[in-house]
Amino acid sequence: MASVRSSTRRQAPALQLAVEIDNVTRRFGSVQALAGVSLAVEQGEFFGLLGPNGAGKTTLISVLAGLTRADAGSARVLGHDVVADYRSSRRALGVVPQELVFDPFFSVRETLRIQSGYFGIRNNDAWIDEILHHLDLTGKADANMRSLSGGMKRRVLVGQALVHKPPVIVLDEPTAGVDVELRQSLWAFIRKLNRDGHTIILTTHYLEEAEALCGRIAMLKAGLVVALDTTRNLLTRVAGLTVRLVAERVPETWQKRVTSRDGRIFTIGLERYADLEPLLAALRTENIGIDELALEETDLEQVFLQIMGSGRRVAERAS
Amino acid sequence: MIRVAGAGWLTLLYKELLRFWKVAFQTILAPVITSLLYLLIFSHVLESRVSVFGGEVTYTAFLVPGLVMMSVLQNAFANSSSSMIQSKITGNLIFILLPPLSPVDFFAAYVLGAMIRGIVVGLGVFAVTLFCVPSLLVPSHPFWALAFALLGSAILGTLGLLGGLWADKFDQLAAFQNFLITPLTFLSGVFYSIHTLPPFWQSLSHANPFFYMIDGFRYGFFGLSDVPPALSLAIVTGCALALSLLTLVLLQRGWKLRH
Repeated sequence: MASVRSSTRRQAPALQLAVEIDNVTRRFGSVQALAGVSLAVEQGEFFGLLGPNGAGKTTLISVLAGLTRADAGSARVLGHDVVADYRSSRRALGVVPQELVFDPFFSVRETLRIQSGYFGIRNNDAWIDEILHHLDLTGKADANMRSLSGGMKRRVLVGQALVHKPPVIVLDEPTAGVDVELRQSLWAFIRKLNRDGHTIILTTHYLEEAEALCGRIAMLKAGLVVALDTTRNLLTRVAGLTVRLVAERVPETWQKRVTSRDGRIFTIGLERYADLEPLLAALRTENIGIDELALEETDLEQVFLQIMGSGRRVAERAS
Repeated sequence: MIRVAGAGWLTLLYKELLRFWKVAFQTILAPVITSLLYLLIFSHVLESRVSVFGGEVTYTAFLVPGLVMMSVLQNAFANSSSSMIQSKITGNLIFILLPPLSPVDFFAAYVLGAMIRGIVVGLGVFAVTLFCVPSLLVPSHPFWALAFALLGSAILGTLGLLGGLWADKFDQLAAFQNFLITPLTFLSGVFYSIHTLPPFWQSLSHANPFFYMIDGFRYGFFGLSDVPPALSLAIVTGCALALSLLTLVLLQRGWKLRH
């Protein structure tokens, strides 16, 4: 069971939880996509959901959005059960799907108006114009969806998730295929929404984004939550510093501190700067030549690699 | 921003209408032209050779309501089935799965959209074929004709929705259409009265629900039919209710929609 609770989360939240997931399981054939996931997200949080491919992130989001039905357990959005009270839960939720999908029959503005209408919202043009402005799509408002680039289509998906001003917004890989400049403007907009009180749940392959944006992070692996804590606590949970060493080998006594190895490149975790001198002394004692050495503060990617315990595969995914 | 409770299905209906209206050449004009060609060719070849309703009605006049109803049925099926399969395959179905739309909302929007497309095409076929048979302008029992057009388009719209839900690829939907819908439509008495058939084929025709739709619709124009119109109405209404119930149950379960 993976009910890992944050040590810093407030004990008695004054507000209704934005999202509650309670022991949710889901199996697809022989694959246990979710193996008993429990977690809670408070209103106003910027929450990260990380994990390698197949970890269960998208399945968990699908359960929350009512796209997939859980085999067991329950999920609620702002207290509304996603099955029994699906109308209220879906009104409270905006989802940016991972797949780049669009309806080729309509223009950008028609797409957003129609999406508003599905939520029973009429005369929504003022908000649609604001969305178009923040997503840098004003000039494309009347363009057919087919004529847009991949990045633009991705931004329209973000717009569609926001048309009904949902208090809880789930972004499943929202910046995939979006160039750096537009990614920055997109995050500025999402940050503004978060400041305005919207709860944001983010899955991303860009771990630096999660580190910069998310106050708390859950890490999933094989359908289980393997870590759930504030970003700060996660970063301090593992060694605070990392040495990237290029050499033939590392001293015998330091083998246990090696967190990953790629040929002659070793990554070694240190708790503090003072640990560096014993490492250098051990290298000198064993007469090991240093081709290159770099000292870095630990980032989320290293935490992720350590928690997932499968460095190479995750590093490829995260690149 | 104005939130109107329960209005989501109207937007889905609007989307369904806008979808076929944007390609009206393909969805409205083309089937009208096809039906007109059927009328010109069949009436030219068979007018003097086929006698229907004991000679009370000319073959060309007999053919017109059949072609109108066939267009209604085929286009109602085409609308809901193509919309659903395209949304499933391109993935944009997610846009209507995420909002708070109920199974009844789904059903109402897709089937009503299909009915409107079918009836718009049917009216188009009726308008162009009037040039050949102006006497049909005033049907003898218009409410019977309207009832069968509405029920028939609802049945085919529902079948289209079912076919679109069931099919995972275009090929499967084409099989559903080519091996089920098209044969049942063509063998329903569009081009002939079943009284002209050998007894075995007459009996078999009575097992085809499409026959009752065509025959009842034709009764609305001539006051003549192969079977009593009340029987046709009862059978068609029963089919509509049974298919609607089945579809609503499947939608409620999220069949092929929510995994």
